[in-house]
Amino acid sequence: MTALVEARAVVKDFAAGDGTIRVLHGIDLDVRAGEITLVVGPSGCGKTTLISILAGILSATAGEVRVGGRALGALSPRALAAFRRETVGFIFQQYNLLPSLTAAENAAVPLVARGMRLGAAARRARAVLERLGMGQHADKQPRQLSGGQMQRVAIARALVHDPAIVVCDEPTAALDAASGHTVMELLRDAARGPGRAVVVVTHDPRIYGFADRLAEMEDGRVTRVLDDPDAIRTLAH
Amino acid sequence: MGAIAWAMLTGDRAKYLGLVFGVAFAVMLMTQQASIFVGLMLRTAAQVIDVTDADLWVMDPRIIYVEETEPLPESALWRVRSVPGVDWASPFFKALAVARAPDGRLQQVFVLGVDDATLAGAPPRMLEGSVEDLRRPGAVVIDRVGALFIWPAEKGAARPSDIGRTLEMADRRATIVGTAEASAPFTTFPVVYTRYSEALRFAPPPRKPLSYILVRAKPGEDHAALAARIEAETGLKALPWRRFAWETIRYYLQRTGIPINFGITVVLGFVVGAAVVGQTFTIFVLENLRQFGALKAMGVANGTILRMVLLQGAAVGVLGFAIGIGMAAAFFEITSRTNVDLRGFFLVWQVVAGAAVAVALIIVASALIAIRRALVLDPAVVFRS
Repeated sequence: MTALVEARAVVKDFAAGDGTIRVLHGIDLDVRAGEITLVVGPSGCGKTTLISILAGILSATAGEVRVGGRALGALSPRALAAFRRETVGFIFQQYNLLPSLTAAENAAVPLVARGMRLGAAARRARAVLERLGMGQHADKQPRQLSGGQMQRVAIARALVHDPAIVVCDEPTAALDAASGHTVMELLRDAARGPGRAVVVVTHDPRIYGFADRLAEMEDGRVTRVLDDPDAIRTLAH
Repeated sequence: MGAIAWAMLTGDRAKYLGLVFGVAFAVMLMTQQASIFVGLMLRTAAQVIDVTDADLWVMDPRIIYVEETEPLPESALWRVRSVPGVDWASPFFKALAVARAPDGRLQQVFVLGVDDATLAGAPPRMLEGSVEDLRRPGAVVIDRVGALFIWPAEKGAARPSDIGRTLEMADRRATIVGTAEASAPFTTFPVVYTRYSEALRFAPPPRKPLSYILVRAKPGEDHAALAARIEAETGLKALPWRRFAWETIRYYLQRTGIPINFGITVVLGFVVGAAVVGQTFTIFVLENLRQFGALKAMGVANGTILRMVLLQGAAVGVLGFAIGIGMAAAFFEITSRTNVDLRGFFLVWQVVAGAAVAVALIIVASALIAIRRALVLDPAVVFRS
């Protein structure tokens, strides 16, 4: 299977005082379409930095990231913003829903960012919410929803514009086991969409079983990549 | 993204209303104080502005504002009439007198004596009676509010007509034959209009009787050129009425603390408004920083974020401005009906325009200060819990 996202020798340095601190030390990683790739590792190992680079939010200091054959390093900030708008869906640990919008309007934000009117976008988002079992909550505001429901709205928002990659940062960290399980099932369904890959950064071993591939990181390096389901399940226990 | 910006703005009702009313109160304070200031300055020139017949005012060369009269000899009138370009020139008398009502009440009044023959300088807006009635012996027309000062309205009772009431000035009996609407004078004394010859009896001048000469230019005559010609040929000072009004206003601007006092209030309104709106708006943007970060992560460009914040600012500015102007207009509308001391104060369009500029400055400055944080925000912030 060809990789949708290819990271080659990715290095990332951050300024720290007078010098720099290296957070990623030459990462190689492939993310394949149709799969859920989990990036796991202890806090501070560089997981979030890595997915920020894969999603085009941060740029690599050295190395190359290609998404669908497109080199992100060659893109201007404006083109990178357009890339994220068109190609990436985001799911955040803290949901980051706009409190004054309804669930349907929140899910519609990526379509509005692409120029669609809010009303029409919300109608389309409502259909996605229906698919995720959130149809009856489409007109509620985030404060009226539980954590699991908010995360499902965030999933709808990540999928509504049919992106090639869905990037998730600790999507189950704030959820109970049942809600986390539901969220991961939805993400697995999303990953089965045509030409779509899901990348999940997590600390949560309860969800390792959903991974098609699992990349372990430590100290800014990918220490191993597992794609054998049995090996991944073993790691979960 | 405009709809999302609007929803973000109005989602927090308390902050949204705080922003709108912050602007509204700043606008009201600025426009109300500035308009009262303008009204007060116009009052200083009320008697010049109310004379609508004359193009020019001719006076002693030493006069610098309308209250400071230096009488002229009556011969000056003939000299002015002889200047080419003068259509007509008429005497105008202005003095203070003490009027005594039949019940013994005393009131200082302005006595304005208009031309006996033409009644040039008579009040332009009669409310009761006719200007022609001034031709009767001892006849005076009093301004509406002046009459209220002398004969206050009885609570709950319909006010009787002032026509036929009498006053005593310099031991002469004056009979009111009409009431007029006059611009409120700076000192708020009642204004009594009468013929020139009667005025000399009600407020006897020391020696020379003539306060001013009112001049109408011939059709097509340039007023400034005619004024220069009168000055050259008579040695008197001649000013177009508008300029005389402005010189009177300028006198008060330069010689009194009024502009400074009102200026301080207007500036305070601006500063308080800017501080309240600026601080609230900045807090509003900072509290939404994470949301802006999420939008940026999702590919919303900085330019769009900037437009969203400016739209939010513009919405607050327009709404706050409209409410503030409405409150100021309501203030003047209500007070002009209920309080005679505040008559003649109204919302001046120049003040409204100035307030609009001030609000635009406040909003743009607040938005730009607040937006800086959002523009430099690293969208990766949304990945931090």
